Amino acid sequence: MNIVVFIKQTFDTEAKIVLDGNGKIDANGVNLIINPYDEFAIEEGIRLKEKFGGEVTVVAMGGPRAQEAVRTALAMGIDKGVLVNDPEVDNTDECGRAAILAKAVAQIPYDIILAGRIAIDDGASQIAVRLAEALNVPSVSSVLKLEIAGTQATVTREIDGGTELIEVSLPAVITAQKGLNEPRYPSVAGIMKAKKKPLKTLTVADLGLSAGDLAPKMTVNEFSLPTPRKAGRVIPGDAAQAASELAKLLREEAKVL
Amino acid sequence: MAKGIWVIVEQRNLQIRKVSLELLSQGRKIADETGEPLVAVVLGQGIDGLAQAATECGADKVILVDDAKLAEYTTGAYTSVLNKLIRKEEPQAVLLGNTAVGKDLAPRLAQRLGVGLASDCTGMEIDPSNFLNFKRPIYAGKAFAHLTSNVRPIMATIRPNTFPVAAPDAARQAEVVKEAAEIDPSDLIAILKEVAVAASKRPELTEANIIVSGGRGMKGPENYVILEELADVIGAAVGASRAAVDSGWKEHKFQVGQTGKTVAPTLYIACGISGAIQHLAGMGSSKFIVAVNKDPEANIFNVADYGIVGDLFEVVPLLTGEFKKLVNE
Repeated sequence: MNIVVFIKQTFDTEAKIVLDGNGKIDANGVNLIINPYDEFAIEEGIRLKEKFGGEVTVVAMGGPRAQEAVRTALAMGIDKGVLVNDPEVDNTDECGRAAILAKAVAQIPYDIILAGRIAIDDGASQIAVRLAEALNVPSVSSVLKLEIAGTQATVTREIDGGTELIEVSLPAVITAQKGLNEPRYPSVAGIMKAKKKPLKTLTVADLGLSAGDLAPKMTVNEFSLPTPRKAGRVIPGDAAQAASELAKLLREEAKVL
Repeated sequence: MAKGIWVIVEQRNLQIRKVSLELLSQGRKIADETGEPLVAVVLGQGIDGLAQAATECGADKVILVDDAKLAEYTTGAYTSVLNKLIRKEEPQAVLLGNTAVGKDLAPRLAQRLGVGLASDCTGMEIDPSNFLNFKRPIYAGKAFAHLTSNVRPIMATIRPNTFPVAAPDAARQAEVVKEAAEIDPSDLIAILKEVAVAASKRPELTEANIIVSGGRGMKGPENYVILEELADVIGAAVGASRAAVDSGWKEHKFQVGQTGKTVAPTLYIACGISGAIQHLAGMGSSKFIVAVNKDPEANIFNVADYGIVGDLFEVVPLLTGEFKKLVNE
């Protein structure tokens, strides 16, 4: 089975967001990680390989620092890495990024494509679904359980307040939700091996795309930071007094009860 | 010429979901200011009865696509039907709720149409040169991106609880149009076998007006019952912090935060939650925040409108009693 896992490098969840002099998100000094949901996709890809054999390739887009994320995936047990390292990745939008990814994935044989259900940085949840459309294959989002028999996948996906059971033919795109599996940590041997595993770096031009092909459909006019919340008041008194006063404030002052 | 603001109405068991009513209500305001008609688009089976509710909530026109193959949401069939309708009618803007359906459908539809998509927006305003601009949280609300679409239709998914639902106006009239669904066998490659919606009397976390949430201070899964009792008195949903979910006390679907659900209720009651940055990112846009924590230095007090420093096992049952009194008044 040929498995492709699409991953993204993101800011650490503990990262504080600040804007730089140009009003852009400042990545300086920020600790970068593999998007947490993509770790479930990596783990699932490795497990599928362990069960069915074949090869599992990780594909990422971004700047030079994204190499670290690809190496970590290789250390976890992925066989090969492809990194589209090009400033155009940041200059375009989800539509353009899906086009880049589709070109990169088209060069790799695949029976299944796995990705995280959302990236915790832009939170858009678009690329994997757009990729499926660009490749003209089905997709199932927010998957909690994946079973494969032959060319058929039986998938449990999370919906609001419940689950759906879906049958889909491969090849397909599957996006991972927390709960799909428990991602492994890279072993020391894995980290050593990862250094020798193939990592191919491509530019957008290598994929036959120009800046014109990637003209964004959406423009970000500006970034802003939320108005910081002010600390309110701590209600004094013993527990009974405080509870009574809080109920009163919620009704009379906040008017929310 | 592109025309109309379309709201893709989401229905479950022939009930319009709250977020769709929110979009119709806000869509009505935009329609009044811009002169663009507001169009409600409903897909499903046996959906005639929903035209009235969509009309009362502000629609000038309701498009019904009624077909057995649309009874339950599937990516393939819904994308195919909407793609054809949108290409035929050329609306200015297409709005969806950022629900499980919206998150799955909107990117696929946008890609097929070759347009952009502003996902999970918490703001939408009229722009004189560009019709609509959007505001969406990034880094789970630690920052915002302000976006404009360069192409038509403008597409966006809007987070539930962003806009209020207007009072229904029974006197409103709308044109109701029935469109046939043209669904090819190739649209049905993924087959929905079963839908299991957990029977819960509590509201869905992302749609709830009030959320009662518990963190590490809950000390164990068995203690959530005191939060549930509090929640049920005021019709709230129950949530959890990552610490509680990672400890295995609550399932991930209850997690509020950057790696869980982002919520924006009117009232968020945080019990035994320290207020880690990744949790604050997920609930920081709540209108009012209440914190109950025994540590007076806990970060959650820096964002809470009202705080009680104390033992939650003592405070929460007392609050339940106080809320009961209020509800019974």
